[in-house]
Amino acid sequence: MEPNPANSPVIEFRDVAYALPTGQELLSGLNLQVQPGETLVLLGRSGSGKTTTLKLINRLLTPTGGEVRVNGVPNAKADVIRLRRSIGYVIQDVGLFPHFTVQRNIGLVPRIEGWPAERIHRRVKELLQLVGLEAPLASRYPHQLSGGQRQRVGVARALAANPAILLMDEPFGALDALTRDQLQREFHLLQQRLGKTVVFVTHDLREALRLGSRIALMEAGKLVTVLSPTEFLRSSDPLAAAYVQAFGDGLDSVTIRGAS
Amino acid sequence: MNLFHFLAQNHEQVLELTLEHLWLVGVSTLFAVLIGIPLGIVSAHWPVWNKPVLGAANIIQTIPSLALFGFLLPVPWLGDRADRLAILALTLYALLPVIRNTYTGIRGVDPAVVEAGRGMGLTDRQLLLQVELPLALSVILSGVRVAVVASVGLATIAAAIGAGGLGEFIFRGLAMVNNQLILAGAIPAAVLALSADFGLGWLEKRLRPR
Repeated sequence: MEPNPANSPVIEFRDVAYALPTGQELLSGLNLQVQPGETLVLLGRSGSGKTTTLKLINRLLTPTGGEVRVNGVPNAKADVIRLRRSIGYVIQDVGLFPHFTVQRNIGLVPRIEGWPAERIHRRVKELLQLVGLEAPLASRYPHQLSGGQRQRVGVARALAANPAILLMDEPFGALDALTRDQLQREFHLLQQRLGKTVVFVTHDLREALRLGSRIALMEAGKLVTVLSPTEFLRSSDPLAAAYVQAFGDGLDSVTIRGAS
Repeated sequence: MNLFHFLAQNHEQVLELTLEHLWLVGVSTLFAVLIGIPLGIVSAHWPVWNKPVLGAANIIQTIPSLALFGFLLPVPWLGDRADRLAILALTLYALLPVIRNTYTGIRGVDPAVVEAGRGMGLTDRQLLLQVELPLALSVILSGVRVAVVASVGLATIAAAIGAGGLGEFIFRGLAMVNNQLILAGAIPAAVLALSADFGLGWLEKRLRPR
């Protein structure tokens, strides 16, 4: 992949549409740019098209109209395997390989990329520390971990080959409130350190305000608006206002990104 | 003359027929695995193939074994040697459980695991060999186990067309109205079936993903 010139978007949607083979449109007229190092949150309810948008980036889905570009290269022209290996992917159900140890789960992409064993080993150790897991956990199997630990391993695995882009589909959605709160906090710190370009899907406004540098609000397959967290809270957009109202008082306690 | 006496006295022949029996079952199972697993993979990945493949394997199962041996008898090359015929027929019968369990095993892999693998940039081949097949292995093996146990029983009928195996004793005993001779074939066959069932069952449990 060619180097990304400074300040040109890392990910770009140009008039993108996606329809099922049955003709049902899940996404239409999407124009969106993701800048280097930002955390763009796709916020919307189920069926609004946010997961579809995410999967168009690593080409788990192919657009039926328009063009998605990653680092300036149209996705349709990119080698899909190379593209995916250059993008970290974290999903709600984690999807750890149950027959691999934690170590092997994290080291899978480096291994198939042909890294020497010693380097993989070092990298796994480094990543476990980065996501706040104890080193002895490396030899455990996923079923021996708690939900929070599993998702930490999921994040570590996505970071393994040091991708510049991270896609996260409601990664903390299935966790209990306390664990979720902790992981959000840690992820925020991690993100400040690593400076990855992150696209983060959620239906939780608190999470969006907490983690996002910008929030892209989606509804019924369309992008409604893109706002910074502070703008979002003051927005006169009816849908944004409805979100703020729905989450109500709880928002007072949320530390908005950049405002703290 | 009691049964044990008979077995002791004819141990060489018992051993020979048992080995023949194992040969028929072993080779046909090997073929069924080599053909059935790829067919199961194809039907799991391309749903269009699911119905025709499983349908064909199902139809084969409905053909009575004695009739199938008979049908194949006039086929050139095959008909030259009875064991070829028997191996082909046993392979055909063993296909269904192998295909069906390969299909079920692969379709049963957690979709999140497959999505994560795909999203990480595994090629189709890597996904199949490193994720789907290992996770489906115990289910596939349980299909092989069903096939082997059924084959051990079915292979006794192969003696009817002269393919050998423990069925020799059974058919001879039937002709001579000699129960001990029948048992001399049936008991070792039952022991074979039970050991295969136990051995493969043990392996299956060991390979089951947690």
